[in-house]
This record gives sequence, structure tokens and C-alpha cells, in this order.
Amino acid sequence: MTGTTVRSDWEMVVGLEVHVQLLTRTKAFCNCSTEFGAAPNVNTCPICLALPGALPVLNAQAVELATRAALALGCDVNLVSVFARKNYFYPDLPKGYQISQFDKPLAEHGQLTIGTRADGALIRIGIERVHMEEDAGKSLHDRYPGASAIDLNRSGVPLIEIVSGPDMRTPEAAGGYLRALKQILQYCRISDCDMEKGSLRVDANVSARKMGEVKLGTKTEVKNLNSFSNVEKALALEFARQVSVLEQGGRVEQQTMLFDGARNEVRASRTKEGSNDYRYFPEPDLPPLVLAQGFVDRVRKSIPELPEARRTRFTADYALGTYDVEVLTASPELANYFEGVARHSGDAKAAANWTVNGVLAALNASGETLDEFRVRPADLAALIRLVADGIVAHSAARQVFAEMVKTGDRPEQVAQREGLVRVDDDAALRGWIDEVLAEHPVEAQRFLAGEKKLQGVLVGFVMKKSKGSADARKVNQLLAATVPG
Amino acid sequence: MSVTIDDVKHVAHLARLGMTDARAAELVVELNNILGHMSVLAKVDTRGVAEAAGVGAAGMPLRVDSGPPIALARALDDFAPAVRDGLILVPRLASHEGSADES
Amino acid sequence: MSRDVHRSPLGARAIAAAVSGGELTPERAAREAFARGDLARVGPEGLNALLWTDREATLDAARGHGTSSDFVDRGPLAGVPIAVKDNIATLSLPTSCGSRILEGYVSPFEATAITRLRNAGATVIGKTNMDEFAMGSSTENSAYGPARNPRDTGRVPGGSSGGSAAVVAAGMVPIALGSETGGSVRQPAAFCGVVGVKPTYGRVSRYGLVAFASSLDHIGVFGASVDDAALGMQIIAGRDPMDATSADLPVERYADAAGASLNGLVIGRPKEYFPEFLDARIRARCERAFEIFRQLGAEVRDVSLPHTDLAIPVYYIIAPAEASSNLARFDGVRYGLREAADGLAATYEATRSRGFGKEVTRRILLGTYVLSAGYYDAYYRKAQQVRTLIADDFRAVFAAGVHLLFTPTTPSTAFELGAKSDPVEMYLSDIFTATANLAGVPAMSQPIGLVDGLPVGGQLIAPHFDEARMFGAAYALEKALGAEALR
Repeated sequence: MTGTTVRSDWEMVVGLEVHVQLLTRTKAFCNCSTEFGAAPNVNTCPICLALPGALPVLNAQAVELATRAALALGCDVNLVSVFARKNYFYPDLPKGYQISQFDKPLAEHGQLTIGTRADGALIRIGIERVHMEEDAGKSLHDRYPGASAIDLNRSGVPLIEIVSGPDMRTPEAAGGYLRALKQILQYCRISDCDMEKGSLRVDANVSARKMGEVKLGTKTEVKNLNSFSNVEKALALEFARQVSVLEQGGRVEQQTMLFDGARNEVRASRTKEGSNDYRYFPEPDLPPLVLAQGFVDRVRKSIPELPEARRTRFTADYALGTYDVEVLTASPELANYFEGVARHSGDAKAAANWTVNGVLAALNASGETLDEFRVRPADLAALIRLVADGIVAHSAARQVFAEMVKTGDRPEQVAQREGLVRVDDDAALRGWIDEVLAEHPVEAQRFLAGEKKLQGVLVGFVMKKSKGSADARKVNQLLAATVPG
Repeated sequence: MSVTIDDVKHVAHLARLGMTDARAAELVVELNNILGHMSVLAKVDTRGVAEAAGVGAAGMPLRVDSGPPIALARALDDFAPAVRDGLILVPRLASHEGSADES
Repeated sequence: MSRDVHRSPLGARAIAAAVSGGELTPERAAREAFARGDLARVGPEGLNALLWTDREATLDAARGHGTSSDFVDRGPLAGVPIAVKDNIATLSLPTSCGSRILEGYVSPFEATAITRLRNAGATVIGKTNMDEFAMGSSTENSAYGPARNPRDTGRVPGGSSGGSAAVVAAGMVPIALGSETGGSVRQPAAFCGVVGVKPTYGRVSRYGLVAFASSLDHIGVFGASVDDAALGMQIIAGRDPMDATSADLPVERYADAAGASLNGLVIGRPKEYFPEFLDARIRARCERAFEIFRQLGAEVRDVSLPHTDLAIPVYYIIAPAEASSNLARFDGVRYGLREAADGLAATYEATRSRGFGKEVTRRILLGTYVLSAGYYDAYYRKAQQVRTLIADDFRAVFAAGVHLLFTPTTPSTAFELGAKSDPVEMYLSDIFTATANLAGVPAMSQPIGLVDGLPVGGQLIAPHFDEARMFGAAYALEKALGAEALR
């Protein structure tokens, strides 16, 4: 199937269902820990084991985070929403039903901006709904011969399901949507979105139709997508498969497809379609979830400035280039850091430069997070001011910074201690020049003989000797003055 | 609306209840008899009537996201039919024979 | 053993007073309860009312009460022996719900109601027989054999909490817990001649009550007298953070309603509860109660609850629908019976078909059917709408100035074992009781006389959370009837 080229008279239509684990300490309906990686079935209790007589009680923090997600995605939050039971049998579903929301979800009608078209128009993907539900446990099918092994630590972990409209037309758009979504969810501390731990999971609904056709084609649901790039790969493969079926006059069967990353293929799942009848009905153990308008307003205020708004503002207020804006808005922590540096230093350009080239490089090298980083924005801003005021030379600033990263000391202290305060005192500079001329007699002789191009080399020696603290302009002047007129 | 043998078998499958054909045939009669008594509801005018949604539907009390988990007075392997290495064992699902699809 | 019988008082109030005063130990109170039970043959060979007991452990625990905590020792139910329906989770005895699928299952956690009763000083002496998963009106649908009515052992004790009603009627314990979904406390209370109370939905935590139909399930109390029932209800009522449907409202002191005046009280006589087919002698017993209410200063007013006859159809859609979902957890994976078979699908089916009895299977199928695609609107949604109309009937009557309603609890007295083989005929046993479950209003049954030597129950129904007024009328009626209540 690989290598199939899809003729351009077919259009891909994609909608995504994203399940996201909320960053709570305890599960959705019981006090068990949500910690990842615990020994099997350690984080379980009567409620998440579905022992006879146990009852669910909803976690307030899960409601807050779900509401925050809904608002960050521009949804209308329903002040009354209803939990429902989705009934099916599976050994890792202890109650025999999943508590979810069905016809009265938490929120509806949102949208997510994923980029800008060539003509400047924003590319927006509709969010049909955001609803709360609980996770199932985990089944291990290949650990013991003939048996499946059930771990219910994950059973009852709070999730939100975010359902997009069928608004994406290319695998890249789907990838863009997922990246934008993940960024918002991380920005707002709703989820860590760690796909490896299963805290973000994607199912894709794909169909193909003739260009210009309004009606949607029969869709398939593609599962087992464990990275964003696999989503893109799987969509391309499944679209190609559907088009090839359609071009041969066949019909796409509504079914679940599984992506196999190792073989780079999609294949039909063996679960029978049509045998599912979930018999949803309102969860009688939980009254309707009634939110006060005041609560929704408070949650709305708690939402940090979202990436899109921040990008727009950074471009306008700080006159930064596209690359810097992208990098600086990648996380709210970094964006806040940059803004702190810019505010304290009064120089956004320098702040951006230092944050992108200095701070990120240092973090990359050490593997630290921004929280752990020793150089606080005010200190970096102080360094920028020292350079601007000519107290630390441009050339010495990197060393001061490196020392600040190591020690966490203030830049003034570092510059003093390390002898990196800019020197423009004639006597001191002359001393260094004389030493350099003495140490490099060949170059000195040629320079004094009128070979002007050697001046740069000699300035370099002086700068090195002064550990970058010498005022380079003045060194140049003094050197030029030593050549006999 | 009348329940057929296929309905009974479909519903029995949804509910994971095994039964003989003879019992399924009896249940067709029993369920139709019971549902016959429900037909009176169809005649009730319920236009504009809200569905009962939990008595005391003033809203849902929530719990704070902390606190100790509920301890079990007996451990899982005391009451579960088959436990190994802390995991609950069940016969493998047919669709997972020799594969590691979905979880 | 029998020399212990009737040596000490039988009422909960008197037992607690004797224990608190040091005249009786909890251990002795428990020992005497067992002795009275033996005499009344409450075990499998006799009434088959008590399924699970552990005498030595119970007596040991009761002995511990005398030394452990002052609170338990002097609590309002200090030393009072109680029996508990087999679908309420206890730590020390099995919780099998009268089902094979939970045979031998001992809950690793305890129901809130049990914790509260133990903290009040009560001693749980056994788990009582019931219709499997509370589905039935006769306690004949138990996997452990039918229970029998102590007033006439050829007859059923009613159900589904028949075992609890029987052990109280047999004089073994003054208080027992039962559960109600459509009348499963009041109906057996009526059949056995004891008091049975169903509180307002949300008044008593359901945490630890094995769910049958969550929106209709209640824990209820049996008492040998109104006072016993009031003292038991007092302890278990009140908000529980473990149950999201439990109400956060203050609990009145029900026993303080004893001696309350009925002057000015308006008691409704809903005509739908006095149909043509009602046994004339049951009707006469109810009229006698109305006469007493009038004599005590109450006004009796004819009222109508026009949607009453729809209660059974509505009930038998909603209850099975919720049950089909609630009973999905009995899959042989984590606890209870697992019937080995080839592969997972076969194991599910074998476990559930062997583990569940006929009536439970029938109701799961019925419930699955009414929730399934294409039928939801016609059955489940419609039933929930009609349920609103039934609840509105009560709201309207109470809003019009009626304080309480009084009706017969059941259309007949206890029937003979095996008399009702048609499920629908059995379902109609609940016609006067299921309405209160659907509306969530509190209701109780108390004995108001005998017909052919069998007890007749009279039912009081109150507005939501007005249990105190209901108890007040019940105390007054009980006092006025005196020995007439069981004559």
C-alpha cells in the first residue's frame, strides 16, 4: 500500500477524538492516586474495583480542569451537564460501564486556531464537544499464555474527550491541530499530554470524497496512534486505501482500523462493528453536574494567555521575528521568563536573543527545567543592562552568563570576581598592548611597518588577554596611535 | 412492538447471559407478556414533561482532590478468582489470541 | 440456651438503657438474641430467615464492646442486636445478596449505615435472607431457598427483605435493616406484622448497599415497634460524603415525635389506593385507622393521585434498566463466582447464567431490551417522563395542604408459598408501595390489625424529608390501636 499516490481529485476529511488525562492527584470518582507506574492494582479501592455497594463521588479538581480546557478551547460551558453510563463488557472495565457524558456534555461549540493561511486568514478547526469521563484499566495480553492480565490502577483516572469537527483536509492539518491542542493543554496545566504514558490518546475518523462533493463519505476510525507523526502517517495510508477502494468502484466499510507502526500499514481490527450497543442512560448514582456562573467566570480568569494570543502580542509589542516568537511561546514558562527579562531590562530584542540563544542552550546542555534554572529573569536583565551601559563588554557577557548559570550569582558580582568589568582606562589598556606587542614580535614588527590589516589580529590578542573585558574600540584607537605617522 | 427470538438472543448477548434455545423461546413469551403491561404508557401524554433526573437534583456534591484512599479490609487476592504478580487473570479474549492489538 | 430467652427487655430503647446502666452486657444481649432466634427457628431448617451468622465471632465482638469505648458502650443503641439484609456490606459476615454469584463473598469494606449502627453500639448478629439482588416480593427468589412467614410458615414473609421482616416478627431482634426499591421493606413489614420504614431518597446513604436500581434503592429499617424503627432510622439518617445522592439536610429527632399531637393534621385518603378489588376487610382496617386519626384531632381528606396505576409499568421499566447496568459488574473477573469455560466470552456467559437465578436473568434481559437501540425512547425515556407525573401527583397533594397520606400497604395479606408463579402477578404486589420509590417520598408500614389471622399493614406517606411528622402519626396510631394492631 505504501507508495500509492493519491490522485488529487479526492479530498480527505478528518475529525479527531482526543482523550486527555487531567492533572489531578486522585482519580475521577475515588481517592486513589493517579500516579503512573505503580505496581499492578496497588492504586485501587472498592470504588475503582467496582466492588458491590461502592458509589462514585466526583473529583472537584477534575471538574475545574475540564472546565478550564473547555474555556481555553473557546467552548460554551453547559451550566448543567449530565453523566451517563456507557455499557459494555470488557475485563478492564470493572463496573461493566464507563461513566461518561453523552447527550448533555460539559461543553460544546469551541474552536482551535492552528495557523495562518497564505492570505493571512486564520485556520480554525471546530471543537464539537468536550466531555468528562473515566479511564478503563489496562489489559496485558501477551504476558501469560492463554490469559489476559488486568491492572486497574488506571481504572477511574479522569479524562476529557475532545471531539473536533470533520474539519481537517490533510494529514499535516491533523498534525497541526494536535500540536496546537497539546500546547494549549500544557499551557493551561490541564494535562501533561505525555503520549508515552497514555495521558494523550488520539483516534481519527477518516473519510474520502470527490473534490467539490458536500456529502461526507463513509468513515473509518483509525486507532492505535501513538505519536503525532504516526497520526499523519496513518491518515495518509488510510486515505490512500479508501481512495483505492473507491476508485475500483468499491465501498468503504465502516469499521475500526488499526495502525501498525512497525509494518507501516493500517489493517481492519477484528472487533465486530454493529455489535456495540452501549445503552447509554443517565448515571443514577450522580446527580446532574450544576456549575455556578461564578465558578465558570473564576476558571476563565485563571486561564493564562493562550499561545495564539501571546504570539500576536509578542509580534506586535516586541517587534520580534516569526522564529523568535515561535520559540518563545512554546511554553508559558518560557514566555513568562522572556517577558520578565524584557520588562526588567527594557530591551526586548536583547531579551529575546538571550532567552533563545543563551537560556535555551544552557537548559539543553544541563537538562534542567526552567524552574530549576539558576539565572532568574531579573538577573539576566541586569546583565543586559550592564552590557548596554558599557560596564560589561559584549565580548565578556557570555562568560559572565556562563558563570551565572553555574553559580546563580548576580552579574555584577560575577563580573567583578572574574575581572570581566569592561576596562577603558588608557594605562591599563596600554599595558596589555605593550605586553601583546612584546609577546608577538613578528606581527608587531609588520604592523608597525604599516601592515594595517594586522591590527585586527593584535586587537584579538588584547581581548583574549583581558578575557574580553577590554574596550575594543579604545584598544583599536590606541593601537592605531602606536603606528608612527 | 413485539419481542422476537432474535431480540432475546441479541439482548442476551449484550448482557453476556448464556441460555439454551428452549429458555430463549420461553423468554420471548415472558418478555412480551411483561411488556404488554407497559403498553399503557404509550397512551400517556408526556409532551413537555421533563424526565425524572435523580431526586434532589439540586446539583452534585464534589470531593476535594486529596485524602487517603479507602483501604480494603481484605486484599485483592483474598476475593479475586485468579491473581498473579498482583494482576487479575482472565481467559484471553478471542480477538487477542496471538496478537497485541488495542489495550 | 432457652433459659436466656426473654430474660431481658426486647425493645431497642430498653436494651440500650440496660446496657448503658450496666445491668446488661452487649454480649448477653447478643446471646439472648441468638437464643430467641433458635427458639423461633429462624435458621435454614425453620423460617430460613437468617442466612449467615458467626456466633462466636459476634459474641467476641460484643464482649469487646464492654471494654473498648465508652461511646459504643453508652451509645443510643448500646448492645442492641440487629439483623442486616444480605445486600448490605458488612466486614464480618458474607454479603451474598441471596445469589449464587456472590456465594462466600465477604466485603472488604463496610456500608456507611453499618458503621453508624456499630458506632452507636449495635451488634450485627446475622445477615438475612432475601430475594436474589432484591428482585422479588416474596423472598422465594433466594438462591438459598425461600424464607417463611413466622405468623404462618406456609406463607411468604413478603419481599424482597423477607428475612429481615421475619427475624423481627419472630422476636429475635428489635431492629433490622432492609432495602427498598419498590416496597421491599414496607410490603414484608405488612405481611409479617412489624413496622417498616422507607426514608426519603437521599436521607440514608446507599454506600455499601449493593445496587439493584440506583435511583429507586433505599436502605430501610424494620422495627418491632414504631419506636424501634425510629431509633434505628435516627442513627443511619444523614449526609454521607461517600454517596453523591445523599442529602445535606439536618436530621430531626424521630423518637421525639412520640406523643406529638395530631391536632390540625390533614391526612389524605387517596382514592386510587382504595380500588374496588381491595379486600373489604383490609379496607375496614384502614377505615378504623382513619377513625382513630379523626379522634386524635386530624382531618381526613379525600384526595387523588391520578397517575398511581402507571407506577408498576414505570417501575418495571426503570428498575430493570438500571439493574441490567448495575449487575454488569458480576462478571467473574474480580470477585464472586467464576465459571470456567473456554475463552473469555464463554466464561462471562457461563458465570452469569449459572450465577444468576431466573428472575434476575429475566429482569436483566428486560432492562437491556428497554435500553437498547431503537427502544430507549419508547420505554426508558417515556417511563422517566411518567415518573415525573407520578412525583408531581404527590407534590400537588402536599402543596394543597395535605400533610400525610394513609393507605393500605398491600392489596392482600401474605400469600402462600408458590402461589404466585406469574411474574406480572407478583409485580402487582407492589402497586401501593412503588409510587413512593418513584417519587422519592418517605413512607412506612405498620400493623393495623389481622385478617384471617394474618397481619394487615397500613401505610403513611409524607412529603420529602418530613419523616418526623410521619413518625409522629405512626406513634399515635400505634398507641391508639394498642393490642388491636395484631388482633
